[in-house]
Amino acid sequence: MATIQIGENEQHPDLALVASARTGDVHAFETLVNKYDRQIFRIAQHITQNREDAQDVVQDAFLKAYEKLDQFQGNSKFYTWLVRIAVNESLMRLRKRRTGKMVSIDDDIETEEGSVPRDLADWSPNPEQNYSQSELAEILRKTIQGLPHGFRVVFVLRDVDGLSTEETAETLGLSVPAVKSRLLRARLQLRERLSRYFRKKKAGEK
Amino acid sequence: MTCTEFLALLDELIDDNVSVQTRSLLQEHLAGCDHCEVTLSTTRKTIEIYRSHEVYELPNSVRQRLHDAIMARCKNGC
Repeated sequence: MATIQIGENEQHPDLALVASARTGDVHAFETLVNKYDRQIFRIAQHITQNREDAQDVVQDAFLKAYEKLDQFQGNSKFYTWLVRIAVNESLMRLRKRRTGKMVSIDDDIETEEGSVPRDLADWSPNPEQNYSQSELAEILRKTIQGLPHGFRVVFVLRDVDGLSTEETAETLGLSVPAVKSRLLRARLQLRERLSRYFRKKKAGEK
Repeated sequence: MTCTEFLALLDELIDDNVSVQTRSLLQEHLAGCDHCEVTLSTTRKTIEIYRSHEVYELPNSVRQRLHDAIMARCKNGC
C-alpha cells in the first residue's frame, strides 16, 4: 500500500477536507467516505466477523464522525480518529450479538499458542500461485479468523493499513508494548497457520 | 545470539527498526540457523500476502448503498 510521507510542517490533506466538511461542505466529507470506507469495512468485519454488522458499522462510524467533526482535534490523523470510532462501534455490535456480554479489545488474548514457531518447513516459492484467487481468499480468511480479535485488529491496522505502532496504540487505547507484543504473536500465529497450506510438499505428499 | 533472542527481535528486524550493530548480530545468527531463516522469510511472506490480498471485499453495490445512506443523512444534518 502506498503511503505518503508528510513533513512536519506540511498539513495532511485530510485536514483541509475536514475543515471544509465542518463548514457544511458535504462533498468534502463524501471524499473522506470514498477514501476510507473499504478500510473501515475491513476493520469492522475483522472484529464483528459478520457482514451485516460490518456494513452497519461503516454507516454508523461515518455518521458519528460527521456529527462529532467539531471534536476532532487535528493532533491525530483523521483516519486514526475514524478507526477509533469504528472499533468502538464494532465492539458494541459484538456485544449485542453476545447478548450483552461485555466485549473489549482485550478479550481472548491469554493464549501462548504460536509464540514459538513449530512448523519450520520452508514454503514453496510464491505459494499463493498454487491456489485460485477465491481459494486463497478463503484460506486467508479462515486463518486470520482463528486469532483473537485483539490480535487481528492490531495486525490489520499495523501490517495491512500501515499505521505506526504508536498510531495503532492510540487508536485501540493500548500501550505501545501491548501493541508490539500482540503484533509479534499475531504475525507468528498467522505464519504458523498459513504454513499448513504453503509449506513445501515432501516427495510423495499430495 | 540464541533463537529466543532472535525471535524477540524479529519484528524489529522485519520493520527495519534495528541499529547497525544489532542487525549484524541478527544476520550472524541467521547465517548459521536455518530455522530462524525460515521463520523470518515466511513471516515476511505472511505479511506481504495479507497486504496484497483483500480478505473482505466491499462489493460496489453495497458500497453505493452505504454511501447514499450516509450522504442522505449528512445532508439532513444527521
